[in-house]
Amino acid sequence: MSVTPTTRPEKAPLVPDLREPLPWLYKDDGLISWIGSTDHKQIGIMYILTTLVFFLMGGLEALIMRLQLGAPDNHVVSPQAYDQLFTMHGTTMIFLVIMPLLIGFALYFVPLMIGANDIAYPRFNALGYWVFLFGGLLLYASFIGGGAPDAGWFAYAPLSSNVKFTSNLGMSYWGVGLLTTGIGTLGAAVNLLVTILTMRAPGLTMRRVPLFVWMVFINSILLLVAIPALNATIAMVLFDRLLHAHFFDAAAGGQPLLYQHAFWSFGHPEVYIMIFPAWGMISEIIPVFTRRPIFGYAAIAAASVAIVFLSSVVWGHHMFTAGMGHPLDVVFTISSMLIAVPTGIKVFNWTATTWGGTIQFTTPMLFSLAFLVQFTIGGLTGVMFAAFPVDWQMEDSYFVVAHFHYVLFGGTAFALWAGTYYWFPKITGKMLSEKIGRWHFWLAVVGFNLTFMVQHILGFMGMPRRIETYPDLPYWHLLNLISTVGSFVLGIAVLVFVWNIWTSLRNGEPAGNNPWKAWTLEWATTSPPGVHNFEQVPPVHGRRPLWDLSHPDNQDWQHGQGGKGI
Amino acid sequence: MSNKSILGMTIFVASETVFFTVLILAFVFYRDSLANKGLPNNFNSLDIGVTAIFSVCLYVSSLTNWLAGRSHRRGDIKMWRSWLVLTILLGAAFIYGEATEYHHLVSVDKLVPNTNLFGTSFYILTGFHGFHVTMGLIVLTILLVLTFTSTNTFKGGARAGAVEAISIYWHFVDAVWVVIFPTVYLWSLAGPSWAATGH
Repeated sequence: MSVTPTTRPEKAPLVPDLREPLPWLYKDDGLISWIGSTDHKQIGIMYILTTLVFFLMGGLEALIMRLQLGAPDNHVVSPQAYDQLFTMHGTTMIFLVIMPLLIGFALYFVPLMIGANDIAYPRFNALGYWVFLFGGLLLYASFIGGGAPDAGWFAYAPLSSNVKFTSNLGMSYWGVGLLTTGIGTLGAAVNLLVTILTMRAPGLTMRRVPLFVWMVFINSILLLVAIPALNATIAMVLFDRLLHAHFFDAAAGGQPLLYQHAFWSFGHPEVYIMIFPAWGMISEIIPVFTRRPIFGYAAIAAASVAIVFLSSVVWGHHMFTAGMGHPLDVVFTISSMLIAVPTGIKVFNWTATTWGGTIQFTTPMLFSLAFLVQFTIGGLTGVMFAAFPVDWQMEDSYFVVAHFHYVLFGGTAFALWAGTYYWFPKITGKMLSEKIGRWHFWLAVVGFNLTFMVQHILGFMGMPRRIETYPDLPYWHLLNLISTVGSFVLGIAVLVFVWNIWTSLRNGEPAGNNPWKAWTLEWATTSPPGVHNFEQVPPVHGRRPLWDLSHPDNQDWQHGQGGKGI
Repeated sequence: MSNKSILGMTIFVASETVFFTVLILAFVFYRDSLANKGLPNNFNSLDIGVTAIFSVCLYVSSLTNWLAGRSHRRGDIKMWRSWLVLTILLGAAFIYGEATEYHHLVSVDKLVPNTNLFGTSFYILTGFHGFHVTMGLIVLTILLVLTFTSTNTFKGGARAGAVEAISIYWHFVDAVWVVIFPTVYLWSLAGPSWAATGH
């Protein structure tokens, strides 16, 4: 496939011309070329690697918890340590793994996908990464600074806000750490939004950008709305903790319910923040491996916009048991059920894309298909929770744990694995091993479903979450043991994944520019891309520029496909 | 380049709006709390007249900042510099006013965040606003220094985007105070609800 040179207008919004070459890993392999880097690709890689380390930490915490729960009346860890473990597991996975990992992929690929040579503010981007890293380290410093946070990842006041109610300084670390990572995240969101709005290649209109870019665009907006609410809430908690103020102190007239409203007005958009870019990855991968353009491009984009609005008015469904009153319960039930409609549209679109396609069962495609099934299961239990009578019964049981792990692990994490297998060749120039990939995939599917499927049943039986042990009730031991065995299978899957990265980096097959014969712009450049992402950007007349390039007689726009150019 | 600076700053301040909205709502939620009765509160401790004067300083600084930008676009570096100095002085006057207000509240009324819900919600809201004004003053001062050290960079209205972006931030902290001053100070003139219901 040859890339034809294009003539470009003088002031095309493409290249922010660099006056000197940016520090870059292939120029100098020293550590300083990373620490000093402002290159969006290097910073993306640093985000991804950092989150991988945090992912292993969070996974280890989960395994210790499952070990504790493997048998009734077990004593692997103390109740205090168990509280710290589930708090750190949740906080780590949400704030130090999923969010920054999705941001890392976005920072790496958005400029490449829109044909830009860098991100809007390269230095600001580096600042965002380092702020995020030190926020994460600050959170983990709590382990050596007097004990980890132990009030749960959503840190309900007054448990979190009154120093007398917590046994150590952990929640203060939690507050300051999350404030810090939050500032880094906001920086990345501003950067991505401006990049998408101002630096697209000529012809690449918002009706033509890859859906991953669309999802990152929407995700950035949601981050900018949600994170400040969290920051303000944390500021109030820290005010209470450190200055003994009274925001959530009922004895002085404060209202703990205010915390719940403020936190979940961040917390529910956050749920979508953790899935949008994953949806974008799925929307890129399924078309490529079915050899068909995405079905319903506009519908997916429009449904996502609908979700942005809806997700900001459903936070109350986290508070049905807090006693908001019947009218509010009804309002939040209706709004929460409504959100299933746009989400369903997406699932139907991805499924319809495979219709009549030539499906290639590569590892990224396998993970995408597993995503479809598992995410749908998690989505359906979500609709159950939207009905407040069901919520009253199931709240704070293992059914909740099963529900959100199906969405966040069976959904987002599987999509991220799909994305990793799909884009690893572009990032490193080497293919990940398909053979080890199969092992990784099947171990992950089996381990994941073993771990969390039985937790639905445990939830129905009334097993509460966040309690360090349980009595030997009928079947509880068996079901918990299955879950624990499953979690260790999942742990092995993760090790296989890490091994695959390690060995493929050394001995992987060379990838070439476009190993999957994909159609979006990131595949038009070398693998890995040079300092300047593109020598030449192919002409863009539709949504699949590389397809148009290789099929000059059968281009999308000739059939009225591919989106408008304005 | 100019568009990117302006766009980025606009997006950033839009996001900041959410932050202040939460803090303002928290203040409104507690402003009339019975728990504040008999203690220093917004109805008996705020000197609205003095704060109004310092508020006007901040509001006027928005105007002088706009005039500064206009002078810069016209290539009049000297006028630009003068308006910048005036903007910084007015902003500093506001911070001075806030500092004396805090000093008075702490030393005379014995009001600290720990005192009651008013202290809690008042200090966090005005404190974070004051912090934002201070940040703005630092950025404006850096810009002022740059007008001396890198005069050529700004010749003939160059870098208008960057100058405009700073201006947007300054207008934003001003606009937040446009909401805070009536909410915290003027609304207190209405008196507490417990006075009316005879608690």
